[in-house]
Amino acid sequence: MFPTPLERTSRSWQIGYQSLLPVAVIAWLLPLLAVAMFSVKPSSDFTGGDYWSWPSRFAGFENYGRVFTDSPMPRYILNSFMITIPTVIGAVALSCMTGFALGVYRFRFNLLVFFLFIAGNFVPFQILMIPVRDLTIDAGLYNTKLGLVLFHIAFQTGFCTLFMRNFIRALPFELIEAARVEGITEFQIFWHIVLPLMKPAIAALSVLIFTFIWNDYFWAVVLTQGPQAQPVTAGITSFNAQFGVAYHMLSAGSIVAALPPVLMFFLMQRHFIAGLTLGAVK
Amino acid sequence: MTDTTAAAPHHSWFHRNRKTITPWLFLLPGILFFSVYVIYPIIQSINLSFYKWDGLGEAEYVGTANYERLASDRAFTVSLFNNMKWLLLYLLAIPAGLFIALFLNQTVRGIRIYKSLFFFPFVISQVVVGLVFTWFYDPNFGLLNGILGAVGLGPINVLGDPALATYGIIAAGLWPQTAYCMILYLTGLNAVDPEQIEAARLDGAKGWRMLWHIIIPQLKPATFIAFVVTIIGALRSFDLISIMTNGGPFGSTRVLSFYMFEKALSEYGFRMGYGAAIAVVLFFIMLFFIAYFLWSMYQDEKGR
Repeated sequence: MFPTPLERTSRSWQIGYQSLLPVAVIAWLLPLLAVAMFSVKPSSDFTGGDYWSWPSRFAGFENYGRVFTDSPMPRYILNSFMITIPTVIGAVALSCMTGFALGVYRFRFNLLVFFLFIAGNFVPFQILMIPVRDLTIDAGLYNTKLGLVLFHIAFQTGFCTLFMRNFIRALPFELIEAARVEGITEFQIFWHIVLPLMKPAIAALSVLIFTFIWNDYFWAVVLTQGPQAQPVTAGITSFNAQFGVAYHMLSAGSIVAALPPVLMFFLMQRHFIAGLTLGAVK
Repeated sequence: MTDTTAAAPHHSWFHRNRKTITPWLFLLPGILFFSVYVIYPIIQSINLSFYKWDGLGEAEYVGTANYERLASDRAFTVSLFNNMKWLLLYLLAIPAGLFIALFLNQTVRGIRIYKSLFFFPFVISQVVVGLVFTWFYDPNFGLLNGILGAVGLGPINVLGDPALATYGIIAAGLWPQTAYCMILYLTGLNAVDPEQIEAARLDGAKGWRMLWHIIIPQLKPATFIAFVVTIIGALRSFDLISIMTNGGPFGSTRVLSFYMFEKALSEYGFRMGYGAAIAVVLFFIMLFFIAYFLWSMYQDEKGR
């Protein structure tokens, strides 16, 4: 292991390291901790110009309560879920199929199709912006959740295909060969043999896509406006306009908006990191 | 399981060609979606960049006029220059991520929680990161000026100063990006061959020499991915700029992605053709890197 494991270092460095860890993590998360503290301060603390003292009393419940009762925030959060979940299902479903096709079969253009998916996944959003916006308007889907979902599914298919194809490539190919000898149809191979083996990849990809889509801002601004369809990333700007300089509310709102992917990460950490670091080792 | 052979005793055309047809059937929905929403729009955008169009009326063909105008557009030059700053400075996330990964690569009690907490900024949306850092930099009550004040410096208005604003936004972006690189390296460090390390230790290698000659070469796959995601992240920067400065002060924090959006969908009328031309420039910058990534991956595929 590198660096030298702590057990094998001097006693003083061991103590130093152990006490450095919490200090480092606090310094790293300092901007966020400040916002967390703001969000539980009562408004009177701010009107007095007293930003940085300890909260005079804990006002977390009323601040967070107001985020849900006095603003369209619940609507935005709901929209985010209604955009994110169908996208995850759609993109994972499509890429299970494309990944299977590119990972299992050898045919002309295999690598070309694969590289097209990867390249498409890397292009700047702006080169797609005008045509995708026009397409969405023409289809009558501007300012609808469906319009966003369809685009997200399509775009995420690029990344998901890369992921799934590489995962399937690492599966034991003999299994599929054996099934073919048995006379099983290609579709049954996909459904009964490959798909069950893909469960870990599906889990990893789902959490990853959930986070990506939840956090999307650009497409939300381009394809939607107003609380009817906008997800929380775009909604937070109107939320901020509503509350102006009420920093306790702005902070509470930001934390609410950031929370779902954070919970997802802490609950599904293993899958999340497995997904993110695919390919980081050989 | 024998129903296919029973149903097609004469080996139908489909059955004979199933290994050729099946992959395309499976690819069809994915390719369809991807072509409609990604491939074709790229072609449309390139085409549109030769037109003048307000998004409503008839588009008028203007040849390369949009591109010629770009050359003398100061806002475009500023954006392009800022993109270069983003690209270069964003790469700092890679050594910074490696540094933190090395710091955290121990097996003490609770280290998993520390690793998660360090990774935490990556999970938060850039919109919230942008807000958090806007308040962090705030000249009146921001934590940064609180800290600077405590050591007798400041106050500085990072986002209000055209000379500093872009660097302030990049610093905000480096926060989640470093976390991302860190997690890549933590995974990479896990897979480093312990025998090689022990062998090198016996040969007297340690510290920097060990890191440089033994560890970093083995981290190459992690470095490659860190490089890819950092370059893409730098060129995609939009959310932070939009939230933190909205391109200001005096347009000093614009980058191509932001400037394009501004031109194409501004409040003062849509200039789609001109916006498309900016997008095409950004696309070709990106294409340069995409070609390199694909080339590396192709070398890898051949090697298998």
